[in-house]
Amino acid sequence: MLLYKIFIDPFVQMGAAPDLFVQTLWEGLVAGVLYALIALGFVLIFKASGVFNFAQGIMVVFGALTLVGIYEILVRWGISQENVAAFLALGLTIGVMFLLAFGVERIILKPLVNQPDIILFMATFGLTYFLIGFGEYVFGGSSKVMIADQLYLPKGFIDLKILGGVVSLQKIDIAAAVIASIMVTGLALFFSKTRIGRALRAVADSHKAALSVGISLDQIWVIVWFASGLVALVTGIMWGARSEVSFALEVIALRALPVLILGGFTSIPGAIVGGLIIGIGEKLGDFYWGALLGRGIESWLAYFIALVFLLFRPQGLFGEKIIERV
Amino acid sequence: MLYREAGQFKTNYASDLAIFPILQDRIGIVVILLVAFVAVPYFGNDFLLQAIMIPFLIFSLATIGLNLLTGYTGLLSLGTGAFMGVGAYACYKLETLFPGVNVIVWIVAAGFASAAVGVLFGLPSLRIKGFYLAIATLAAQFFLQWCFVRVPWLFNYNTSGAIEVGTHTLFGIPITGPNATSTTRYLITLSIVVVMTWFASNLVHGRIGRMWMAVRDMDIAAELMGIRLLPTKLLAFAVSSFYCGVAGAMLVFLWYGGAEADVFSINQSFFILFMVIVGGLGSLLGSFLGAAFIFILPIFLRYVPPHVGMTIFPATVEHITFMITGGLIIFFLIVEPHGLARLWQTAKQKLRVWPFPY
Repeated sequence: MLLYKIFIDPFVQMGAAPDLFVQTLWEGLVAGVLYALIALGFVLIFKASGVFNFAQGIMVVFGALTLVGIYEILVRWGISQENVAAFLALGLTIGVMFLLAFGVERIILKPLVNQPDIILFMATFGLTYFLIGFGEYVFGGSSKVMIADQLYLPKGFIDLKILGGVVSLQKIDIAAAVIASIMVTGLALFFSKTRIGRALRAVADSHKAALSVGISLDQIWVIVWFASGLVALVTGIMWGARSEVSFALEVIALRALPVLILGGFTSIPGAIVGGLIIGIGEKLGDFYWGALLGRGIESWLAYFIALVFLLFRPQGLFGEKIIERV
Repeated sequence: MLYREAGQFKTNYASDLAIFPILQDRIGIVVILLVAFVAVPYFGNDFLLQAIMIPFLIFSLATIGLNLLTGYTGLLSLGTGAFMGVGAYACYKLETLFPGVNVIVWIVAAGFASAAVGVLFGLPSLRIKGFYLAIATLAAQFFLQWCFVRVPWLFNYNTSGAIEVGTHTLFGIPITGPNATSTTRYLITLSIVVVMTWFASNLVHGRIGRMWMAVRDMDIAAELMGIRLLPTKLLAFAVSSFYCGVAGAMLVFLWYGGAEADVFSINQSFFILFMVIVGGLGSLLGSFLGAAFIFILPIFLRYVPPHVGMTIFPATVEHITFMITGGLIIFFLIVEPHGLARLWQTAKQKLRVWPFPY
């Protein structure tokens, strides 16, 4: 009976209502894209500096909050054109993210060069706490509405009539997917074609070797933290447009961690594929198998999916093979 | 001046291997114990005992637990909060199923339940390493926390979903529940912590501790030297979870008097990890120092500004506490990545050679 419920019943349900299945699949896909974006921010920093940046999740919130906060200030100062204010705020927020990257490099990373990984990891914890306190102090702890309309992000939804039912796709989700793919392509090109991109890959390979051929680590780290700050900002805008901007968003960072171990810490394609697997697995699992265990299995299902993959490939799906020397 | 070892000769191997080789250290530890057992309960008020000393000792114990795993064995775990929760819920179940047995027995026994769960979630550690393992332990954290909410058997089908502690006695004196005075609870907590610290100290200075440290420094080399990795790592998980479980049971039974699943959230895990890192990886003394620093700092920040005449809104205080805590963690990591324990060692070394620089 239990076996039937686990192995057969969900698939019967899927076959009976294919439109519902496609809808769930789509929702999983969208969640997956957002997870992938967060994981991308992690991977960028881990690749270039070997720092496991726990603050990535809070950078997402901080970016979104700064954007909305600056927008509100600009409107209060009397910039009547909402769109102008929104894009001005966007520009200023990018500036803030650059300052953040610069500050992190100067204040945290530079004095901690050559420390063990766990120390750097803890330092990003400190950064997380600092940003939470700072963000709430400056912009207030209440949740805010993302300025999606003012940034010309589409809203509403498209109804597709397929498979004998209706599947509704949120336009913002489609926009998120498009923007995410543009960004990933851009980053991939940046990494493979430009001078700085090559320098980034050199640093990722070996700090010492990169230093010895005259690559400035300081500069590279600022660039990498800035890039992942931008990724965080985009994630924040997308996620904020779907729900609202508040510090409750920081839990999504914890949701993105399984994506990271599934894909491997060092692989950009891994972050994306991992994100999609986790997103889809989570939504399908919760929808079709969730009732068996009681709801809310979303919170740990992703970790178990990742754990199972990890037992077979300890470096993640696309991670570099871990070679240990004695 | 006072801290000199001149004239103290070691005449046998036992004294050479002693944990406190210098007489002043031994006197110091006796003085600290006397202060903790006699002076603090005698002179301390309710606030000191209830709001500072009891939680500080409990968090120290949990920190020791995580330190055994992360500091001594080199396995990074982010599931401490959940293991503490297992201890608390196990203790609650045992205590309600067998109310005849003294609750202190159950507090310690709850550690074994936690140890079993710890071993289960420690199994992947043989194959998964480093940050990958850290995130794998998050699976334990989230799964167990989900269990605390969704498995009603664990909290005896309470409608509130919380566990509550009744009154239990030891030799006729109430030690848990609302009737117990903070002094008795403090003394019970202190006794358990002292005994378990003594045990941990023996453990890490002995064969098992050396095995753990060998695995931490390089597990392949340790394997080649004949240390079996799986039992060693699992033992570390078991002992660590045992300590965390006891700490969790004490947290609910001797401090809060009742708890919900929220208490054992991921933030609790991070909190304990902070204590380990700030105190110093691989140091028992550091566990106490780290717990004191991380736990008492926010209290200090909350209570001191009003006393010196500054008025700040509570919300602002909360934000500034966050900022200062984050800033101080970074500051400490930069100034002394090896934690407060190393700072203490440096100070001791300076004291020994004073007034000469070296």
